[in-house]
Amino acid sequence: MAAIVMVMAAGIAVFVIMFGVLDSLKLTKDTYYERYQFADVFASLKRAPNALRTRINDIPGVSIAEKRVVFGITLQMPNMSEPVSGKVMSLPDSSTSFLNKLYLRSGRLLEPNEENAVLADESFVDAHQLELGDKINAIMNGHHRQLKIVGVVLSPEYVYSIAPGALMPDGKRFGLFWMSQRSLEAAVNMKGAFNDISIKVQRNANIEDIKEQLDNLLKPYGGLIAYARDEQISNFFLENELKQLSGMGSLAPVIFLSVAAFLINVVMSRQIATQREQIGMLKAVGYSNWEISLLYIKMVLVITTVGSIIGLSLGVWMGSGMTTMYTEFFHFPILKYHFSVEVMIFSVLSCVVAALLGTFLSIQAAVKLPPADAMRPESPAVFKPTFVEKMGLHKHLSFLSRIVLRQLERRPLRALLSALGIALSLAILIFSFFIQDAMDYMLDVQYDLIQREDLSLTFVEPKGYQALEEIKAMPGVLRVEPIRQVPVYFKSNNFKKRGSITGLAKKADLRQAVNQQLISIEMPSQGLIMSQTLADILHLKVGDTVETNVLEDKRQHLLIPVTSITQEFIGISAYMDIRQLNYLLDSDEKVTAAAVAVDQNSSAALYKKLKAIPAVIGLNITSVLRQIFEDVMAENMLKMVSINILFASFISFGVIYNTARIALSERGRELANLRVLGLTRKEVAYILFGELSVITLFSIPIGLLIGYWLAISMAEITESELFRIPIYLSNSTYGYAVSMVLISALISFYLVWRQIDNIDLVAAQKGVK
Amino acid sequence: MDIYIETSMSKTNQICFKANSLTKVYVTGESEVHALRGVSVEIPEGELVVLLGPSGSGKSTFLNIIGGLDQPSSGQVFFQDRDLAKLSNHELTYYRRESVGFVFQAYNLVPSLTALENVALVTEISPNPMFPMDALSIVGLKDRANHFPSQMSGGEQQRVAIARAIAKQPKVLLCDEPTGALDSETGIVVLNALLNVNKEFGTTCVIITHNAAIAKLAHRVIHFSDGKIGHMEMNANPIKPEQINW
Repeated sequence: MAAIVMVMAAGIAVFVIMFGVLDSLKLTKDTYYERYQFADVFASLKRAPNALRTRINDIPGVSIAEKRVVFGITLQMPNMSEPVSGKVMSLPDSSTSFLNKLYLRSGRLLEPNEENAVLADESFVDAHQLELGDKINAIMNGHHRQLKIVGVVLSPEYVYSIAPGALMPDGKRFGLFWMSQRSLEAAVNMKGAFNDISIKVQRNANIEDIKEQLDNLLKPYGGLIAYARDEQISNFFLENELKQLSGMGSLAPVIFLSVAAFLINVVMSRQIATQREQIGMLKAVGYSNWEISLLYIKMVLVITTVGSIIGLSLGVWMGSGMTTMYTEFFHFPILKYHFSVEVMIFSVLSCVVAALLGTFLSIQAAVKLPPADAMRPESPAVFKPTFVEKMGLHKHLSFLSRIVLRQLERRPLRALLSALGIALSLAILIFSFFIQDAMDYMLDVQYDLIQREDLSLTFVEPKGYQALEEIKAMPGVLRVEPIRQVPVYFKSNNFKKRGSITGLAKKADLRQAVNQQLISIEMPSQGLIMSQTLADILHLKVGDTVETNVLEDKRQHLLIPVTSITQEFIGISAYMDIRQLNYLLDSDEKVTAAAVAVDQNSSAALYKKLKAIPAVIGLNITSVLRQIFEDVMAENMLKMVSINILFASFISFGVIYNTARIALSERGRELANLRVLGLTRKEVAYILFGELSVITLFSIPIGLLIGYWLAISMAEITESELFRIPIYLSNSTYGYAVSMVLISALISFYLVWRQIDNIDLVAAQKGVK
Repeated sequence: MDIYIETSMSKTNQICFKANSLTKVYVTGESEVHALRGVSVEIPEGELVVLLGPSGSGKSTFLNIIGGLDQPSSGQVFFQDRDLAKLSNHELTYYRRESVGFVFQAYNLVPSLTALENVALVTEISPNPMFPMDALSIVGLKDRANHFPSQMSGGEQQRVAIARAIAKQPKVLLCDEPTGALDSETGIVVLNALLNVNKEFGTTCVIITHNAAIAKLAHRVIHFSDGKIGHMEMNANPIKPEQINW
C-alpha cells in the first residue's frame, strides 16, 4: 500500500507544484506590471523636440505618453578583462516616472539636477558586488565619466536585462542605469529633445492604430517602428520563458497524474481480486453487496486521503520553494503564491476516481459470486496448449519456463497492462531527461556549427574594412571575418516580424549558416537565407519574396527573394552575402561586427587591448556565451526538469514494486506449493521474476516509443520564437531511463525475494490464504 | 480400474521417524496455541501409518514437522539419523526435495502444467526418480498425461498428485486428508494407489484422516488428542480399500 500511496502522492505533488509555480509566476508578473505601470507601446527614434510628446499624447487611445532619453554606454569594470556595455535612461526631475516605474531595492532615488549620480539595476550591482556609493567608470558619448551609484532598482521594463543581440541575461556584461533628465540631456547633447517614448493606452484602445499613428508622427524624426509589449525585449523573453516553463510544467503533471491514476486503478482492482475469499466470507455472514462495497470504498478512501494529503502538502511546499527561486531568478520585487483550489481538487479527484473505479469494478465481480463459491479457493485456472506448444517449442523449455510462459499467455491483457504501467514509468523518465538533451544539442549546433568564432566584436558604428585589418594585426588573432548586421522589419502578406539581416562573407568560415542536414551553406550572390523559425513566422518558403524595411540610415524598402532555409534552434536569423547587403544599403564596404578566431594562449592580452578601443562596444566570447546559457538553464528550466526526474523515479519504482508485490500475492499459494514439493527459493523466484522480467523487458521498447512521442509533443508545445526544441534524445538518456527501470526492477525483486521466505508453507497446502 | 495389492508389514526394524518430546507453540498476538505438547513416537520404515484425531489435535502439525514444512518449538525429530529440528531452511528444502512426497486434500497441482509436466517438474529435480509416465501408469492416468488440471476431475487430480509424490521414489509419503474432497468410489481408487506404492516400493506412508474407517487399512494407527498421542494401535490384518465402509 505504501507504494501506491507514493505513486499517488507523486502524481498529485507534480501537478500542484507545476501549476502552482506557473500560476504564481503569472500572477506575480501581472501584478508587477500593473503596479509599476509597465507601458503598452514603445518606440525609439533619433531625436525629436519635447513638444512632439504632446502630439503623441493626443493620439486617440493614448492614456499617457512619456518621453525620455536613452543612451548606450560602455563601462570599464576593473574586475573584467572584457568591455562591459550598458544603457542609461533619463528620469524626470520629479525623480519618479509615470510609466515603467522603478522599484527601489536599496539606497535612495535621485535628487533633481543631481549630476553623475545614477540608479543601477540590481543584476548588475549583484554581479559586480557593488555597494551604494561605489563609482563606476563609463564612456558616455565619447567622454569618460564617473557615475556614483546612489540607489539599486528594479524595473518592469527590464525583468530580463538582455544586452542587444544577446540571448540570455548577463548582469556581468550588461548594465542598466537611470540618471536625472537634466544631467543626461546635458551629457549627450539632447537638451529639449528626446529619443525614446513609452505609451500607456486606454482600455480597449486599438494598439495597432496607435502604433501606426505613432510611426507617422515619428517618421520625420528618425523613428524606428513602434512596438508593443509582445516585441518589448524583456517581456518577449519573459513570456517565452514562461511559455517554455508552462510547456514543461503543464504537460509533465498531466502525464504524471494520468500515469498515477492508471496505476492506482490497476493496483486497486488487483488488490481487491486477491480478497475474493474474504468477500465470500463477508457475504456468508450476511453482509449485503452494498455494505461490502462500502467497506472497500472506505479502505480506498483512507488510502487516497493519505496519498492526497502527502501529495498536496509536498506540492504546496515544493511549489512555494520553487516559486521563490523563480522570483529571485527573474528579480521580481514582489512575490505572489497562487495555488488554485481547482488544480488541487482536480488532481485529487483524478486519483480518487481512478482508485474507486478500479475498486468498484472488481468488487462487483467478487460480490457476484455466491458466497460458497467465493470462499472456496479458485478452481484451477484453465490452461490450454499455447502458441509455444503448437510450434513444438516447449520441448526446449524447462518446466519452470513453461509455467512462466503459460501464465503470460493465459492472461495476455493483464501482462500487457502491467507492461504498459512500466512502459509509462519509463516514458516519463525519458521525457524528463529530454529537455536537457535538447538543450545540449541546441547549444552544440549553435556554438559548434553556427557561431564558430572564439569571439565577436561589435562596433559603435559601421566601420570600413580597414578596421578588420587592424584587428587582424593584433597579437593572438588568427582570423577575422566581417559581419554586417542591419535592423529590418520583414513583411510578407499579413505577417510581420522585426529582425535583422546578417551579412557574411561569401565563404565565411567562422560564422556560418547550416541547412536542415546541418551542413554549412555558402552565402548566395543573390537573395536571402532565412532560418526555419523566421520562415514559419512569415509563412515563407524558398522562392518567395520578402518585403524588407531597413530600420536605419536611408530606410530602404527592399524586395528580396528567399533562396534557402536554414536550421537554427536559437533565435531568428536572416543571412546575406555582405557585399550584396552593402550594395542594397547603398553603402560602402562596411562592417558592424567581426568574428574572430583567437590563439587561446594570448587571449588575455588580446582582451585587454580590445577593451581599450573606444570603437568596440560589445565583445562576446563564444565559450562565455555558452556558459551563461548553460548557467541560466541550470538555474531555471533544469530545476523543473529535476523535479520531474525525481517524481518520475518515484513513480517508476512504485509501479514496478507494486507489480512485483501483486504478482507475489497472486501467485503466493502456487509458489508455496512448489516450495513444499522441494523447489528451492531460487527456483520458485525464477517463476515469479521470470514472468516479471519478461513483462519488464517487453515494456522497455514500448516505453521508449511512448517516451519519444512525449518528447515530440513537449518540443511542439514548448517551441517559441526564441527557441525551437530539437527532437534529440541522447543514448545516455535512453541508457539512464532504462537503467533506472532495471534498477527499480532489481530492488523490487530483492524486496519481494525476501518476502518469498515468509510464505506460509503450512497454510498454503491447505488452500488457505 | 482396480489395483489390489496386499499391504505388507515391514520386515525390517529400521526406524524411519523418531520423535522425542516434540512440542510446537504458535504465538498469535498475545495468545499462545500449544499445538503439540510433547509427542514421542517411532515410525518404522515401510509401514503404512494412519494419524487419527479431531481437528486441532496436533496431527497436521506433526505431519508438517516430519515433512520438513515446519520446525518444532522444542524436542527432537529424527528422520533416519538426521535431526530435522536442527536443519536450516535450505537443508529442509533439500530434505523435502529428495526424501518426501506430499499429497494434500487440495491436490495443489500447478494449473499451468499438464499432468505429465506436473510429475516431471518433480522428477527433474530428484536424484533417483522413475519415469514420469510410469508414475502416471501406477495411478492409472497414462491416457490423461497431456491434460491440464482444469480438464480433470477431482479424483484424477488427486491421483496426479500421488503420481507426482511417488515419482521421485521418496523414502516417505505424507498425505493430509488425501480423500477428503473425494466421493467413496474415487477415494477407493486413490487409496489403492497409495497402498500400491507402500507395498511395491516399501515407501513409508503417513496418512492423516478424519475417517476412522480408513484406519483399518493401516499397519499402525496413532490417535492424537489435545496435542499428544492418546494411544497407538497395531493392526495385524489390514483390510482392502474396497472393504471400507465409508
